[in-house]
Amino acid sequence: MTETRPPMIELRHVAKAFGSKPVLRDVDLSIPRGTSMVVIGGSGTGKSVTLKCVLGLIEPDAGQILVDGHDVHEGDRDAFLARFGMLFQGAALFDSLPVWQNVAFRLLRGALRKPKRHAREIAIEKLRRVGLTPDVADAFPAELSGGMQKRVGLARAIAADPEIIFFDEPTTGLDPIMAGVINDLIRKIVTEMGATAMTITHDMSSVRAIADDVAMLHDGVIKWTGPVGEMDRADDPYLQQFIHGRAEGPIESVR
Amino acid sequence: MSLATPLALIGRSALALLAAIGRVTLFAGSAISHVVRPPFYGREFLNALLQIGWLSLPVVGLTAVFTGGALALQIYSGGARFNAEAVVPQIVAIGMVRELGPVLVGLMIAARVTSSIAAEIATMKVTEQIDALVTLSTHPMKYLVAPRLLAALLVVPLLVAVGDVIGIFGGYVVATGSLGFNAAAYLKNTVDFLEPLDIVSSLVKGCAFGGIAALMGCYFGMTSGRGAQGVGRATKGSVEAAAVLILAANFLITGVFFSI
Repeated sequence: MTETRPPMIELRHVAKAFGSKPVLRDVDLSIPRGTSMVVIGGSGTGKSVTLKCVLGLIEPDAGQILVDGHDVHEGDRDAFLARFGMLFQGAALFDSLPVWQNVAFRLLRGALRKPKRHAREIAIEKLRRVGLTPDVADAFPAELSGGMQKRVGLARAIAADPEIIFFDEPTTGLDPIMAGVINDLIRKIVTEMGATAMTITHDMSSVRAIADDVAMLHDGVIKWTGPVGEMDRADDPYLQQFIHGRAEGPIESVR
Repeated sequence: MSLATPLALIGRSALALLAAIGRVTLFAGSAISHVVRPPFYGREFLNALLQIGWLSLPVVGLTAVFTGGALALQIYSGGARFNAEAVVPQIVAIGMVRELGPVLVGLMIAARVTSSIAAEIATMKVTEQIDALVTLSTHPMKYLVAPRLLAALLVVPLLVAVGDVIGIFGGYVVATGSLGFNAAAYLKNTVDFLEPLDIVSSLVKGCAFGGIAALMGCYFGMTSGRGAQGVGRATKGSVEAAAVLILAANFLITGVFFSI
């Protein structure tokens, strides 16, 4: 039913090269409002670049990116970024701040600033939501395990109740059980918040747990996109090679 | 090898140098503009004051006291060759205040603070913490660079002043303890000989060196390459650049005050 929803994020003919190496050639992608899109593809195919282009962290060489119908390079940047939450691959927590201040970072400064006590209460509530107890709040990121850091990163991503959440390789470096926990948390949070989510991963268990829709990025273009339920039945040879992890196929194993 | 090869090398090096100067100048301009425009991050500023100022006091004090003591010995032994041993207080004072105090404090700050800033910011870049700042609607120049730059501009002159006093004290201890100088006469000679302009030049140098040290740390950190090697290169490059620029700035500022 996602086809009838208006798009929240649209990429139109987006291209980006680093030096002489083209990473994105002609990316077209539409993510309907309130749905969870997972972008899959091998390492180095430009998944993170796509995500950073949407956020404006990297400027594309060509093409247009629209969020809620507005070009991402126009308008008030702070207001634009306030609509986003993002979980980074390595969590990207600020080492010098305790956990609760990491989670409440956006709530302690800028337009969304709240009194310190209130911000801390929200941070502890978000930590609880990702399965962490309040005693973690005063620890520093270096004192936490990788899985706990990812959860804190997730709590930070949802702290300001964003409309759009990005997840960059959310299960990389985690054991299968913790990866399953993070996948379930992401799915639950996205569903409960009604947010539009874009996840990039090459972990197929994440894809099946998180996605409403899937897009496969290869060689700088979207090779296939469709509902996750249709992924296994699709006849795209690139997609089939990737999701079944075959060494033989159109995707070269040495890139 | 054709004749053009060395010329091409010189040309490429000159272009690279000019490009680097341009990038650093633009970075400095941007950093200064963020220092004077809100929002201001008071907590980060206070933390930078603590890190750059208060926690640098031990290394600055030790450097200054040993240098002042050695300077007194050198002036005494050198002065003895033409019966000028009595100028120890005056030369220690002028040497520390005009030259050695600011330069040594500047170099110590480059070693201690520039390297620390560059390594910290470069690590933040490598671990995507700077991207995270942007996604949290926080400008990295304003959050990371402006507080450090402002703190260094304000606190390094104070460190230089402290270094000057401790350096003179080191000379005083050596001169009165082992060279036979009268304590009261030593202090009187020191105070009488120093002029306000000497102190002003010392503080101006401290301000300039603090700015250079913070800017180089921030610039190399923000432009760091990937991985541990990128962090290492950024740290090394920042200290080298800060040390050379501090010595060059010292020469220029000394020239300006010399002409007054």
